[in-house]
Amino acid sequence: MTKKRRFKGGEIPTSSMADIAFLLLIFFLVTTTIDTDKGLGIVLPPPGDMEIEIRKENILNCLINSQGKVLLDEEPTNVEQIHRIVGERMRANDKLVISVKAHPKTAYSDYVRVIDQLKMADAKRISIANSN
Amino acid sequence: MKFSKKTKISSEIPTASMPDIIFMLLVFFMVTTVLKEYSGLPVNLPKAKRIEKLKSKRHTVQVWVSKEGLISIDDRLMGVDDVSLVMYDKRVADPQIVVSLKGDEEAEMGLVSDIHENLREVEALKLNYSSKTLVD
Repeated sequence: MTKKRRFKGGEIPTSSMADIAFLLLIFFLVTTTIDTDKGLGIVLPPPGDMEIEIRKENILNCLINSQGKVLLDEEPTNVEQIHRIVGERMRANDKLVISVKAHPKTAYSDYVRVIDQLKMADAKRISIANSN
Repeated sequence: MKFSKKTKISSEIPTASMPDIIFMLLVFFMVTTVLKEYSGLPVNLPKAKRIEKLKSKRHTVQVWVSKEGLISIDDRLMGVDDVSLVMYDKRVADPQIVVSLKGDEEAEMGLVSDIHENLREVEALKLNYSSKTLVD
């Protein structure tokens, strides 16, 4: 004997849908990383050995040795002083190009500190010479 | 004089469309979330003051350089010469790619300079020396 079952409405309960959606929303809110990478931005020169002639008085040589000591235009310079000196030089000569050259054994942090100092002096024309 | 209420404005917030609104927000966050993150190499990032934020993670490739001289991109260790091969594919796929160089403080400049050269070769010119904020 079969009893005919009556179909009692096939509705999906939608009252909790908002709650479920909220839960998912909170999950993605939490997992989204707002803090992006931070660092010193620099643009490398395009490939090819382009020789651009720059007049000698427009170049400021900045050499970093393996101990992290800086030679700014043949003068041993304290790293913290670079931004001040470069700033002065840039005010005197707005065509100034700063050429940074590091010894292959220089620590990366010393190099970043020098680049940071140049950024602090708002130097736009930074040339990075190949270490090797 | 007798004032009578002319209009019957219901003071309820319509909640019927709330799931839709929330779903929309949900979809937005799902799309913007970048779940895939590479663990990379253990590095002590250098510290700097004048740091700038990278715009989006989507256009960023992270290149790890450890103090031992190991290079890792997308959790794969590689030699210096492979950097240009990997970066070439990445730059073709996304021309506005930015390389985030996560170098250890004690990494040697000789190696970093080689990476520079490799990146220049494939015209991945936008570089960012990843660093922490220096507090003084």
